Amino acid sequence: MSAPARKLRVATTSLAGCFGCHMSFLDIDEHLFELVELIEFDRSPLTDIKEVGPCDIGLIEGGVCNAENVHVLRAFRRNCKTLIALGACAVNGGLPAQRNHLPLSECLREVYQFRPGIANGQIPNDPELPLPLDKVRPIHEVVRIDYFLPGCPPSGPAIWKFLTDLIAGRTPRLTGGLLHYD
Amino acid sequence: MHTQPPTPCSALDGILQHHGHRPTELLQILINAQQLEGWLPAPTLTYLAQALRLPRARVEGVAGFYSFLYTRPAGRFRVLFSDNITDRMLGNAELMDALCRKLWIEPGKLSEDGLVSIDATSCTGLCDQGPAMLVNGRAIGQLNHRRINEIAELIRQQRPLAQWPSEYFHIDDNIRRRDALLNLDMKPGAALASAIARGRAGWLAEMQASNLRGRGGAGFATAVKWSSARNAPGEPKVIVCNADEGEPGTFKDRVLLNTYADLVFEGMTLAAWAVGASEGFLYLRGEYSHLLPQLEAVLARRRAEGLLGMRILHEQGFDFDIRIHLGAGAYVCGEESALIESLEGKRGTPRIRPPFPVTCGYLGRPTVVNNVETLAKTCLIALQGGEAFAATGTAQSAGTKLLSISGDCAAPGIYEYPFGVSIARVLEDCGASDTQAVQVGGASGICLAGYEFQRRIAYEDVPTAGAFMIFDGTRDLFEVARSFVHFFAHESCGFCTPCRVGTALLKGFMDKLADGHGAQADLADIDWLDRLLKNASHCGLGSAAPNPVIDTLQKFRPAYERRLVSLDFEPAFDLDAALAEARQLTARDDPGAHLQTHEEGTP
Ligand SMILES: Cc1cc2nc3c(=O)[nH]c(=O)nc-3n(C[C@H](O)[C@H](O)[C@H](O)COP(=O)(O)O)c2cc1C
Ligand code: SF4
Ligand code: SF4
Ligand code: FES
Repeated sequence: MSAPARKLRVATTSLAGCFGCHMSFLDIDEHLFELVELIEFDRSPLTDIKEVGPCDIGLIEGGVCNAENVHVLRAFRRNCKTLIALGACAVNGGLPAQRNHLPLSECLREVYQFRPGIANGQIPNDPELPLPLDKVRPIHEVVRIDYFLPGCPPSGPAIWKFLTDLIAGRTPRLTGGLLHYD
Repeated sequence: MHTQPPTPCSALDGILQHHGHRPTELLQILINAQQLEGWLPAPTLTYLAQALRLPRARVEGVAGFYSFLYTRPAGRFRVLFSDNITDRMLGNAELMDALCRKLWIEPGKLSEDGLVSIDATSCTGLCDQGPAMLVNGRAIGQLNHRRINEIAELIRQQRPLAQWPSEYFHIDDNIRRRDALLNLDMKPGAALASAIARGRAGWLAEMQASNLRGRGGAGFATAVKWSSARNAPGEPKVIVCNADEGEPGTFKDRVLLNTYADLVFEGMTLAAWAVGASEGFLYLRGEYSHLLPQLEAVLARRRAEGLLGMRILHEQGFDFDIRIHLGAGAYVCGEESALIESLEGKRGTPRIRPPFPVTCGYLGRPTVVNNVETLAKTCLIALQGGEAFAATGTAQSAGTKLLSISGDCAAPGIYEYPFGVSIARVLEDCGASDTQAVQVGGASGICLAGYEFQRRIAYEDVPTAGAFMIFDGTRDLFEVARSFVHFFAHESCGFCTPCRVGTALLKGFMDKLADGHGAQADLADIDWLDRLLKNASHCGLGSAAPNPVIDTLQKFRPAYERRLVSLDFEPAFDLDAALAEARQLTARDDPGAHLQTHEEGTP
């Protein structure tokens, strides 16, 4: 299948992630020039767009750790025809999910009340702040996900192969060195 | 790390001595060593590793593989409730709950005084007299609230098992229908004498004429297996009787070993005569260890009668003897190559095949692995001739089949039928009514719905290793399938990723549906996992693991759909509830402190 007639719209976001997957995305280096010929960005750390609009492809880095993540993720699902879990955190919860074996109260008290040097600390309760979920969740437990791209982070070449497959209309398929889980 | 003093080395030395310091006996040594303290402390493992000149990791690896071996304290009384679907249908959950409450403990945890632990285990093969449990490895059936009360009291009084009422340990054969095999009243040695008179080649020819096929599941022609082993290079050759009987719902091998042990051992000896083997093993599942003393006695008697040992029945060059190896709670060890690994004292990891055991089995030698029932049947062939045997049953399935019948029927137990009997006939004979489904062949078998009850038990129609579990109209087939999925996830040996991960994911999806978080999209993912398990697994466990789901999704789909929340996609958990702890910690209750689990318009 040939490349589509119009540019595909792509949105990206980082939920409970470290931006490492986005950095890896930028690691496709000079392919970026080719890419902007084929796609245009919607909401993304690379643009100034604040709310996601109708898109062809959504890339999600990071798992779901708080209420705001849920809202953003749902907005992506509503707007993106194809939604992709990008990286170990989005796929499995990853590093942030290491808190899952601790009660949330212990985590928050340790940080805001018991840390050395903190006096009369209290857990922030400003309504502006999103509440944390009791556990960090992989994104497929909250919305339907179409593709999973593992790796922490997935390498630049893996992301490039994945996107060019998608854009060309091939079911993305990573093999050999492009596929790894750490 | 552990506070316990090391087990007295003299006791361990005795065990090592008894097993000739052979590393191949490692599993047997660990089973015996565990009897000293009820678990295997780290210093014990270290001591055994040094004594056997094995890497410490190898010993720990074996101890960690088998679910009846404990590497941390498990209590002086270790109670395991059998958790087959048939036990569940008889109310085992309530009984387990009751015992836990009476003894003030949680399932899976050791009581604080170190007295007792209570947990669940896979099918113990007492489906016709459940609910059942194992206490320190001893089987107890027919549990009810009265028995549970008494058992709680005995444990509280710390009464040794030997002083428990003996009727607890009584296990019934429940033979309900006899045919050729169960009607056979053979004088020990008669079949052997007849086979020896025919000569090795003549005996093998009779076996060929009989068309006997394996009763352990795969249905491979027994004579072909025997002649392959006979023709393969390598000595001494080995005959293994597979008495692992781990398939949920199967218990006919237990009955054969309890009441027809002579037929089984004679069958092994007949195999040895045909193959030219001199070493035999009975691999007995740990759940059946209560049979061990009587089986050893039968072996001793047969040795005394000249039916085992050197020059059997005075035949020059016919030397063969049998040893019993115990398993320790691992379903995968029923798979013949995993069984051989286990016999060699290793973890029960299935081998890559080929080479097959007939050329390269126990310690690399030609090895025949046959099911208990297969071997018992060879006595009939030796006595009555191959052609007579082939004349019964159906075209492709000669002879009779033992069925282990359990579940919703008036008379559960053992039924022997000629091959070709219809499901409907069996249901009628055992007093089943309002039958919704029958699971034939155990968890890895096939689930038959009402419109299929005219089908026949035979390799060419409904093949089976013998399990026949009946579910009447009150049962929920989704829960049946879910219990089998849990079984496979628990029993996956973990060696290959498709099965290790796939069974866990499948379990996750079935639980998601059960918890009321299911959606149409999950059914699609379940389909995908079913295909993955079937096609990519290393052994028959993984490839059979999706069977119960595939069948019930096809034949009882509404049992799944009923559970779906009607959206295309459903979160795996209650989103608002996941914020509850944070709400409480921050004393917030504003709209932003809540999430709707079902979002309008989310695809
Ligand atoms: C996971 C798994 C479990 C098995 N469990 C048993 C068992 O408990 N008993 C048995 O006889 N065969 C079992 N089998 C089949 C054996 O691998 C083997 O085919 C059989 O023992 C051969 O004996 P037969 O030719 O007499 O049937 C199992 C196979 C698999 C894949
Ligand atoms: S997958 Fe790795 S690189 Fe990507 S967000 Fe998570 S921790 Fe960062
Ligand atoms: S399929 Fe399952 S049981 Fe078989 S080898 Fe793989 S992990 Fe082990
Ligand atoms: S180490 Fe083997 S699958 Fe991860």
